[in-house]
Amino acid sequence: MYHSIVLVKQVPDTTNISGQVMKEDGTVNRSKLPAIFNFEDKVALELALQIKDQFGGTVTAITMGPPRASDILRECLFMGADDVYLITDRKFAGADTLATSYVLSKAVAKIGKFDFVFAGRQAIDGDTAQVGPQTADKLDIPQITYVEKILDIHKQTARIRKKIEGGYEILDVRLPVLLTVVNNAAEPRPFSAKRVMTYKGAKSLLELEKLVEGNSLLYIDKLVYEYKNRSLFIPTFTADDLQIDIERCGIKGSPTKVYNVESVVLAGNVPVRIENTIPGMNTLIDKLLEDRILG
Amino acid sequence: MTKFSNEVWVFIEQRNGKPADVSFELLSKGRKLADAMNGTLKSIVIGNATKSIAEDTFRYGADEAYSIEHPSLHHYKTLPYSKILTDLVAKHIPRIVLFGATIIGRDLAPRVASRTRSGLTADCTDLKVETINYLGKNYENLLLQIRPAFGGNIIATIITPDNPIQMATVREGVMEMHPVDRAREPKITQIPYATDGIDEMITIVEQHREESKVNLKGAPIIVAGGYGMGNKENFKLIHDLAHILGGEVAGSRAAVDAGFIPHERQVGQTGITVRPKLYIAVGISGAIQHRAGMQEAKKIIAINTDPDAPIFDISHYGIVGSAMDVVPKFIEAYKHRLK
Repeated sequence: MYHSIVLVKQVPDTTNISGQVMKEDGTVNRSKLPAIFNFEDKVALELALQIKDQFGGTVTAITMGPPRASDILRECLFMGADDVYLITDRKFAGADTLATSYVLSKAVAKIGKFDFVFAGRQAIDGDTAQVGPQTADKLDIPQITYVEKILDIHKQTARIRKKIEGGYEILDVRLPVLLTVVNNAAEPRPFSAKRVMTYKGAKSLLELEKLVEGNSLLYIDKLVYEYKNRSLFIPTFTADDLQIDIERCGIKGSPTKVYNVESVVLAGNVPVRIENTIPGMNTLIDKLLEDRILG
Repeated sequence: MTKFSNEVWVFIEQRNGKPADVSFELLSKGRKLADAMNGTLKSIVIGNATKSIAEDTFRYGADEAYSIEHPSLHHYKTLPYSKILTDLVAKHIPRIVLFGATIIGRDLAPRVASRTRSGLTADCTDLKVETINYLGKNYENLLLQIRPAFGGNIIATIITPDNPIQMATVREGVMEMHPVDRAREPKITQIPYATDGIDEMITIVEQHREESKVNLKGAPIIVAGGYGMGNKENFKLIHDLAHILGGEVAGSRAAVDAGFIPHERQVGQTGITVRPKLYIAVGISGAIQHRAGMQEAKKIIAINTDPDAPIFDISHYGIVGSAMDVVPKFIEAYKHRLK
């Protein structure tokens, strides 16, 4: 029996930028990008679920983000997670990877017993691949990054295949360990229809408070009690819950700052147009030969 | 205000006793950064029997090398390597530490940065030392860490203003490697190392590594295909064109993600940076991350169905049309010319 905690992140979908999110000046309106489940984190969740299927145990998914990040926690429940936690607090906003990993490590420690911590190799909004290793360091456990496959688990040792430059390496590691996984390590399972029916109404405290705001007949304490009873309550960790050093969270706890941001504006150079014809190609080839680029 | 150190460190990566190019590229950049702040450049070499690598670092501008040698350090292992580096960083508090953004560098740097509570910026495409004003305060000789972010829609300059240690990773090929005119007399300081318990938490069972036969960095002609190629079958046209021109085949990240071409041939911020004589971009829209990896090519030809594709903004020649139509015409015309 093994217990896994999976770190997941909701990210803006930067891969499919459509015209609708472009501003008139040619830059991207970031607030209009759809929010999605970071794919490699979904792969990480799948691996954790496979361990549970094979050996028994539990899978807990956690995310740090704004209140709307509970969207992906519901998706974790649809896939098969036993428990999910939303880590949210205004004090966590603006965190770089160091401050993020500090909060995540505190949340993992609070959840307690675990054999594996899983995460995607990196998130598509920053592509830094830093939060996994930094969380492992703060938990004082070993890490294996770029995991391609879990080959075997025997007692308190796992045999892992990881990617290295030009090939792969097989490692034996003593548990507990943090693993960051690459996108083809597993195919995330589809949502279970039954679980979707069960958990689509799962809500965090912030979401329940919103319900109460719109309906004077509802009382928040009663609502929370009911949702808990029906296993539909998504628990939240705030800074107070985690008893952490506020100086190490959010902007305050982030040594790196954004000094300057330039939107990429596409304009300027006009290339020499080459007609899409054989004579056009001949002109191009002549020019390249002339400039000694070819030949 | 406390006075920070003016040391620039470069972690020298070796795989099976062979140094990685990116480490020498970083030394060349590190030399410039050190000069800009009247500082010194140190190379950190961890491995087994790595004396010649440590010596090589002086050809690329190192003032001093720290060498940590032990039979158990022959292969990279997260825990011992990060412990060695953490201890050294904590002891000397260097101002700047640079790592290659390789699989090893991306495993090691965050762990060391976490333990020493240093700022760390990934995949920088440029690094500069400048004196700046930030939030009304002057910062002397701060490292400006420039990188595309947010799917390449913005270029961000990251700073680490109030922390003594600024760490950054850089992809292979982004910086240029320059041997110095007059190398210093090697000054290698051996740091003793003894194994301890952490060394046994992870053991290497086996390792498979093939020396990459791909040499995109050195290729004078590169033909690259993008997601616009549609499928792997169509992508063969890229190979055909590269073949007839005697060039190498490459792809954008989208083409790699779609499985048209392996990652080792990816050009761009998260792939390889190239500076060929001729770069032909076919079905590549030209996101900033891709452009970061090829815009210094001497001549760029773009072939794309979309006349507004950003790739045209950095191209010398542009052909509007589908790859399936344009490329065969180009091949035919070129074959005719060869006769």
